[in-house]
Amino acid sequence: MAAILTMDDVSKRFGALVVTDRLSMELRAGEALGVIGPNGAGKSTLFNLIAGGIRADSGKITFSGHDITALPPHERCRMGIGRSYQIPHPFTGMTVFENLLVGAIFGDGRGEAEVYDLCIDVLRRTGLLRKANALAGSLTLLERKRLEMARALATNPKVLLLDEIAGGLTEHECHELVDTVRAAHATGVSIIWIEHVLHALRAVVSRLIVINFGQKIEDGPPDAVMASPQVREIYMGIEAGASVTVPEPADA
Amino acid sequence: MIAALPTYRVERGTTASRIGTILGVVLLALLIALPFLTGRATLRLAIEIFAYLTLAQMWNLLAGYAGLVSVGQQAFVGFGGYMLFALVLFLGLNPLLALPVAGVLTAAVAVPTAFVVFRLRGAYFAIGTWVVAEVYRLSFAQVSALGGGSGMSLPAAAVRGIAADAQLRESIIYWVALAVALLALATVYLLLRSRWGLALTAIRDSEPAAESVGVDNDRTKLVVYLVVAAVTGVTGALIFLQKLRIAPDAAFSVNDWTAFVIFMTVIGGIGRIEGPIVGTLVFFVLRALFADYGAWYLMLLGLVAVAVMLVAPKGLWGYVADRFALQLFPVQRRVRLLEEPRA
Repeated sequence: MAAILTMDDVSKRFGALVVTDRLSMELRAGEALGVIGPNGAGKSTLFNLIAGGIRADSGKITFSGHDITALPPHERCRMGIGRSYQIPHPFTGMTVFENLLVGAIFGDGRGEAEVYDLCIDVLRRTGLLRKANALAGSLTLLERKRLEMARALATNPKVLLLDEIAGGLTEHECHELVDTVRAAHATGVSIIWIEHVLHALRAVVSRLIVINFGQKIEDGPPDAVMASPQVREIYMGIEAGASVTVPEPADA
Repeated sequence: MIAALPTYRVERGTTASRIGTILGVVLLALLIALPFLTGRATLRLAIEIFAYLTLAQMWNLLAGYAGLVSVGQQAFVGFGGYMLFALVLFLGLNPLLALPVAGVLTAAVAVPTAFVVFRLRGAYFAIGTWVVAEVYRLSFAQVSALGGGSGMSLPAAAVRGIAADAQLRESIIYWVALAVALLALATVYLLLRSRWGLALTAIRDSEPAAESVGVDNDRTKLVVYLVVAAVTGVTGALIFLQKLRIAPDAAFSVNDWTAFVIFMTVIGGIGRIEGPIVGTLVFFVLRALFADYGAWYLMLLGLVAVAVMLVAPKGLWGYVADRFALQLFPVQRRVRLLEEPRA
């Protein structure tokens, strides 16, 4: 499969702090890719670089064959990059249906009456149809996370960026969410999913990337990545602790 | 992938809005007939109310929706006013004809102004707009052809050009003020109902989310800024057409044209179309009751603002509307499912 999104040697620093350090990766069309790493590793920054909320200092980001490194967020969205925020950003004073309309009209560039069907369909697929007329500000956490994804889906994206949408949910809610993400993936949307809830992530993705200190340290099939000693130390080490045999100190 | 969608309908109106429309038509008929029913003092008050209604509606669009908290709208009020005098004086234009031209000129001068102030964000933008307004004031004080620092009066011949009879002249200005206020209200309402209303409301609620779903925030804000400048300019021209006299300090008064307008919008309910209307009416009631107390009156206004902010942070209309789910101007879209959803 051809790469739909590539990052080539991308760096970003905030003052002295390097948040993304010469990172290269690619996402193939139709692929579901998981991103893990400790808190503060630069995962959300990665999404901001891809979606355009943050401009890269150096390196190149390519989407569908176009160099998008310098494009503003709204143009990247119109090209087909949809994102959800880790902390939901609903349009609180609008109804759930209207939240989706904004995405469909401006992200997909169509007239209002033309996108009603799409929005209703996305609402149904994300389990929000009964909440269509509720003000987004009145939603529960689960519903807000669903809305984040639904609004991104309404922009008719080719690539969907999901940022920790499973955190803070009950087991049952998490299962529902996984089903929804799978259903979206089944329609042909490529997905990059940042998630701490590993079982949810592994139920969907076919490849994992591990990020630490702004660098990509692992990239491969989930089982192989999770088994790697480096990952066990820096990522799982937090909870696995003593049960992990401490490998040679990594010189990275 | 769109298989077997539930049948649905998208509705706009509400019961309150339908009752509101009927009441609105009755009220409008009454307002049109007002010059035949009352004297000049009432008309003058009404003109002032309409002018403030328009200014508040515009400031609400700017700050309440586009997130552009300007404290320098007096720049456009004063500029519009001065343009009226300049057009009448130098080009011999009929004052009524000069009103829309003043609006166009104000929008034109707002372009370079935007170029400067749009480099600033948030509180810096607010201060920047104020500074620009001061520059306007100081500049017009230098133009001796327009009376310099002491200002000037509209030539009597030009005033008679509207209508020879003072009563009729006041009535005509009243109708124009009513038309401008209605036009401003209709513009805001239709704008908010359209797809641009969705973009503006999205920007109001979350700027990062709006641009992440394809809204061009900067361009939307610029368009709003220019439209608001044009209407504010027309209103400024109207205000000084009624006063028949203009001077830099009165024309570019931050107190009269921005502070009071912010007060009205905020206590009425910012970010809602009904808010500025409620706020303007409350302001004029307070003024009628307490204006004679001088400095105490201003302190009272401050006290009212603080009290409203504490008790009803969304403004008086916000408080009422949230309680009773009221919407006089139906900008919302409601989905009505005609069958039970299966999912």
